[in-house]
Amino acid sequence: MRTRHIAIALLATASMALTACSAGSLGSSDDSGGDGKVTISFLYDNGSETAKIGDQLVKDFTAKNPNITIKTETRPQGTDGDNLIKTRLSTGDMSDVFMYNSGSLFQALAPEKNLAPLGDTENIGNLDKNFTTTVTSNGKIYGVPWGGFMAGAILYNKDVYAKLGLQIPKTWDDFMANNSKIKAGGVDPVIQTYGETWTSQLFILGDYANVNTADPQWADKYTKNQAKYATTPAALAGFQHLQDVHDKGYENKDFASAKLTDGLRYLATGKGAQYPILSAMVSQLIADNPGTEDKVGLFPIPGTDASQNKLTVWSPNGVYIPSSTTGAKLEAAKKFLAYIASVDGCNSQTTASTPTGPYAVKGCTVGDKVPQAVKDMQGYIDSGSSSLALEFLSPVKGPALEQICVEVGSGIRKADAAAKLYDEDVKKQAQQLGLEGW
Amino acid sequence: MATTTVHRSARTRENASAAGRVRAHSPYTNWFYLPAAVIYGVLFLVPTVIAFYFSLTRWSIFDSKFIGFDNYKTFFQEPALVSSLWHTLIYAVLTSGLKVVLGLGLAMLLTSQIIGRGYLRSVVFFPVLVSTIGVGLTFTVLMNPERGLINQSLDLIGITGPGWLTDPSLALISVGLVDVWKGIGLATLIYIAGIVSIPQEYFEAARMDGAGAWDNFRHIVLPLARPATVTVIILSLIGGLRSFDLIWAMTKGGPGFTSDVIASVIYKQYQAGFYGLSTAGNVVLFLVVTAIVLPLSRFLNRKEVEL
Repeated sequence: MRTRHIAIALLATASMALTACSAGSLGSSDDSGGDGKVTISFLYDNGSETAKIGDQLVKDFTAKNPNITIKTETRPQGTDGDNLIKTRLSTGDMSDVFMYNSGSLFQALAPEKNLAPLGDTENIGNLDKNFTTTVTSNGKIYGVPWGGFMAGAILYNKDVYAKLGLQIPKTWDDFMANNSKIKAGGVDPVIQTYGETWTSQLFILGDYANVNTADPQWADKYTKNQAKYATTPAALAGFQHLQDVHDKGYENKDFASAKLTDGLRYLATGKGAQYPILSAMVSQLIADNPGTEDKVGLFPIPGTDASQNKLTVWSPNGVYIPSSTTGAKLEAAKKFLAYIASVDGCNSQTTASTPTGPYAVKGCTVGDKVPQAVKDMQGYIDSGSSSLALEFLSPVKGPALEQICVEVGSGIRKADAAAKLYDEDVKKQAQQLGLEGW
Repeated sequence: MATTTVHRSARTRENASAAGRVRAHSPYTNWFYLPAAVIYGVLFLVPTVIAFYFSLTRWSIFDSKFIGFDNYKTFFQEPALVSSLWHTLIYAVLTSGLKVVLGLGLAMLLTSQIIGRGYLRSVVFFPVLVSTIGVGLTFTVLMNPERGLINQSLDLIGITGPGWLTDPSLALISVGLVDVWKGIGLATLIYIAGIVSIPQEYFEAARMDGAGAWDNFRHIVLPLARPATVTVIILSLIGGLRSFDLIWAMTKGGPGFTSDVIASVIYKQYQAGFYGLSTAGNVVLFLVVTAIVLPLSRFLNRKEVEL
């Protein structure tokens, strides 16, 4: 009997010892030595334009602060990236500075527990309010903006429009009428790229400005489980639009396997006329297809009312400091964030990659060399014809929306069934967040 | 099963100590078992018990809240669950059936007197050695409906190939075929071993009785290679039921949900941050695989003994 007890006790101690030496305790502090030199790590996603911006920011910042060295790391995008961020935060193993989404995904990180508030950091007062609300939790600001605002809208090939004598559509019916003419002209009217599933969601997510026009309180009701996609006609319309485009055969033939780069190429070469996508993809469009700056324009996803033609806007990603960063590293990290939130920081980002939307830092300009699509976007924002996307107004976003959209856009599922399925999907997220009324 | 072993050995030890502290049966001291017991406990026993607990919580990696059986309720109400269960079964039966039929055929060929037999045997086995993810990504490129080698070759002879991985009714089957290509080497190897071990006397006797090639196959090879068949079925069925890596590398369960299997549904829930829910799913998957494989294994093995 006694030996058995000893064995159990040993087993318990061993398991405790093992849990105690989690990866978090491996973070060494020896590289912040007495000579004032500090090394911090900086994590961002592996998008091709992201890396250019990240490297340039590090280069310009360290040129001014020779005592600080920044090591960069990349992570996957999408849900794989979400997972990695959450795991590293929960084990205390996060890089000293990291870039991640603002809005609902930021809220899911439990900011008060896992992130360092930036209250006393320089330049925080310089940030645009539309951005800071999306990186604020319980009254404290946790992030500075990476890049500019972007829009979920339709990019279109201006040459195709000019050749066929088309006008920018203000309602969905106009849009479909244009599509029919474009198809008759031998061009694919709507580009879809389900080889990368996230690109399928724009007809729904980018349509939120129209939902907001129909009912400005919709996001609140949605968060409180009082409004549903399936039962709100304005919200259901997004799914219906996707189905219409497929039913009429307006998609490019290889929609099921094409990827984002294919879609951008079709748009640039005029093989396809219109591509519902995030405006941030304009920088990749131009990098991959030089000379398209002025050939591609942008218009909002049209709704029912021509007089209320509004653009759905995404807040920039944020750059955050985890609460595991302390001491000299925290000081260095805050200095770096203050730099990103300064006019110099904006200029550094502009050098690295074509700006795809207005910056969220006061005093920053995108310059006059911006592409046509960004000028179009700026027009809607300046005239007040814009609304934030749903993910910045409500923490509720279902994880399966991309697959559901692929199904609707491929003709596997009908719009109303898809909306119902998405409402079910969202329920899990709301329960996970512990929201009231679910 | 593990728990019963532990219980039994514990009881034996108690009985032994009750009978005057005599270490009767074991030639080793308890200390001898300790390292293995610690590793087993920390890496297998503790996580299993903890997993059962977390499947009853709403767990956000930062904290967890006990919610009873709600996760199981949600998991069974999941619309993707029924279709994914169905897909898992189709996938397991399809791959395991094809591996039996094709593996036996290939084994017959590779045990006959053909030129370069040793070389051909190793060629069949090569795909088994390649990483599954690598195979998946390669075939994704080959099966691209417009630019893939397969459809371009079909175009040359005037056939318009289907969208292997993009057609909702084909995607799961295409992945299954790649799985068969990759796994057939192992099935063939097992069958070769089974066929080679059949004594030559049977074939000689059959020849005396005037049996043809088909009779040889039907009445000698098939029944006497039965243990090999049992092994192939069990191994490939288990592999099929818990298949994930190949499907994830090739379609990620798509297009839409048309090639989702249980394991990919669980993985997506995990990705979405529903840690409690996906742990509940894993418990269910564990039970499903056990419920299918345990009786099947008993059934097939009993027949073997009777033979």
